[in-house]
Amino acid sequence: MTSTVLSITDLTKVYGSGPSRFDALKGVSLDIAEGESVAIVGKSGSGKSTLMHIMALLDSPTSGSLVVDGHPAASLRGAKLNELRNRTFGFVFQQFFLTPTATVLENVMLPLVIAGVRPAERKRRAMDTLVRLGLGDKALNRATDLSGGQKQRVVIARALVNNPRIIFADEPTGNLDSATGATVEDKLFALNREQGITLVIVTHDEDLAARCDRRIYLKDGEIVDSLVASPATAEAVAA
Amino acid sequence: MRALDVLSGAIRNSFRSRLRTSLTVIAIFIGAFTLTITNGLGTGINNYIDTQLSSIGAADVMTVTKPQEQTEQADGPTEYDPDAGSAISADGPPGTTVLAMNEGDLESLRAIDGVVSAEAVVSVRPDYIQNGSGDRFEISVGEAGESPDLVAGAFEPGASETQLVLPTDFVEPLGFSSNEDAVGSTVTIAVSDGEGTQHELDATVAGVQEPTLFGSTALMNDALTSSLFDLQQTGVTGDTGFASATVRFDDSLDAAGIDDLKATLVDEGYAGVTTADQLGAFKAVIDGIILVLNAFAIIALIAAGFGIINTLLMSVQERTREIGLMKAMGMSGGRIFGLFSLEAVFIGLLGSAIGAVIAMGAGTVISSVLSNGLLEGLAGLQIIAFTPLSIATVLLLVMGIAFVAAVLPASRAARQSPIDSLRYE
Repeated sequence: MTSTVLSITDLTKVYGSGPSRFDALKGVSLDIAEGESVAIVGKSGSGKSTLMHIMALLDSPTSGSLVVDGHPAASLRGAKLNELRNRTFGFVFQQFFLTPTATVLENVMLPLVIAGVRPAERKRRAMDTLVRLGLGDKALNRATDLSGGQKQRVVIARALVNNPRIIFADEPTGNLDSATGATVEDKLFALNREQGITLVIVTHDEDLAARCDRRIYLKDGEIVDSLVASPATAEAVAA
Repeated sequence: MRALDVLSGAIRNSFRSRLRTSLTVIAIFIGAFTLTITNGLGTGINNYIDTQLSSIGAADVMTVTKPQEQTEQADGPTEYDPDAGSAISADGPPGTTVLAMNEGDLESLRAIDGVVSAEAVVSVRPDYIQNGSGDRFEISVGEAGESPDLVAGAFEPGASETQLVLPTDFVEPLGFSSNEDAVGSTVTIAVSDGEGTQHELDATVAGVQEPTLFGSTALMNDALTSSLFDLQQTGVTGDTGFASATVRFDDSLDAAGIDDLKATLVDEGYAGVTTADQLGAFKAVIDGIILVLNAFAIIALIAAGFGIINTLLMSVQERTREIGLMKAMGMSGGRIFGLFSLEAVFIGLLGSAIGAVIAMGAGTVISSVLSNGLLEGLAGLQIIAFTPLSIATVLLLVMGIAFVAAVLPASRAARQSPIDSLRYE
């Protein structure tokens, strides 16, 4: 039996009030186990990004509870909240968000710089991570000089460098052609399998979602369906 | 995030948009340059006044007069008061008079607490000065202060030998080949007494001095002054009275003690003025002018401060995503604030350091050009001078202004919500 890293109960999120009131989430409950890969699938406006932001402690829910790694999110403030974000989460975004003027190595080091790791050590760890993702020779290039697939691998390296428990990926392949997208997906699932990092992928891409252990379908702020991949399917996709 | 990383990140960020940073730095440079120059001007002139002060008057001496009591402006003539004493015209606007002082006044001055000695100020008016049998020149004389600014020789006001210090412009006319040549030689000074008889007295040239703010005056030691005065008084009978007295006070008195002493003097019916007071008026005027000039420089710096606000706001705008990302990765608002405010402080430091260095270079060139040209007559004046303290003050002030300017943009960055910054368009 595996432990639960993320647990949300009856989560709601309301934007605005009165006539402009918009219910982004209307009572969502979800448990994510350690080492699981979960796809949150839905059209734009379904509330999937809002759900991810709340799970990643970037936004606070209007009501409902969130427990991250045993810590009730409502009780987290300031430095503790920042430390938990830094230590627990890695992010992969559709639009990369790399600092264009900095080198690849500097971009990857960012979470370690924020964590306050010493310069020599963070350089070594960032370099190790880049080598693992096959980008060792690009370490000193500017981030803008890379291709889309390389950029997304740099983003994965950055998400990975601080050994997070959970990686949140928001449309990780949205900006990539299918061949490069597939390589990036392979990297992500390999991390999930080999290092047991929990993977939460927000996507509207059915093929990508199908590779996850579990698919959560969101529509208008509610979970409408939840599918668990049969071991056979999962193996077939992995193979 | 380590403090050092915040600092180096801030410095790196300020170089990201080179053109924008350079323009802001130029704006600060102009303000800092002006402020450094105007400060240097104040320092230079006040240094000069201080040097003058120490050469014309000792720090523990004040000139005491007995001011005439203000009589009420009544209709008709003022009634005669036999106790009021006789008035003597004194320095000041035409018509200024003080009451004549006598030995009794000196006695009561000596009785005041803190007063070491009180002597009548005697005025000696030599007819001429002559070296051997050379040409004779008119000369004005004064009493020596504590430490005259000598270019040659050494001077002891208390020496028993009759000594004087010559101004440099008398050296050549008196037939000496150089300042050093004049030192140690004997010159003749002549005075006339009350009956018109001329007396001659020999004095040794102890030193040579640059002309001061008060013109070219020969300084005499106490021995020479009293000998000349005695000659001048030959045949004069009776107590003539004198306009002022020199009071030497306890040199351990601080500024407050001197003020107390002055208050006591006023209570006793006297008025005491130190040399510092006399020059204080000069200094006040110069400080006032420097203050106005500094105010202009600070206006320039405030304008530059708005430049910093603008630069940083653009930079926050540009880096919205990056800030959001850093916050998502657990960077605290305080660190983000530090990152942006340090960037501003660094821009301030850059502008003010360049400004101060160039101002020091320019100031040194200007003052050496001026002291060999326009201001040649004022020997020893370095019109623009710099002290480490004033330079440090300028740097800190500019960095302070930069920090204040950074508060708005930096707190805006610190408050930014990560999701708003990361939301896709």
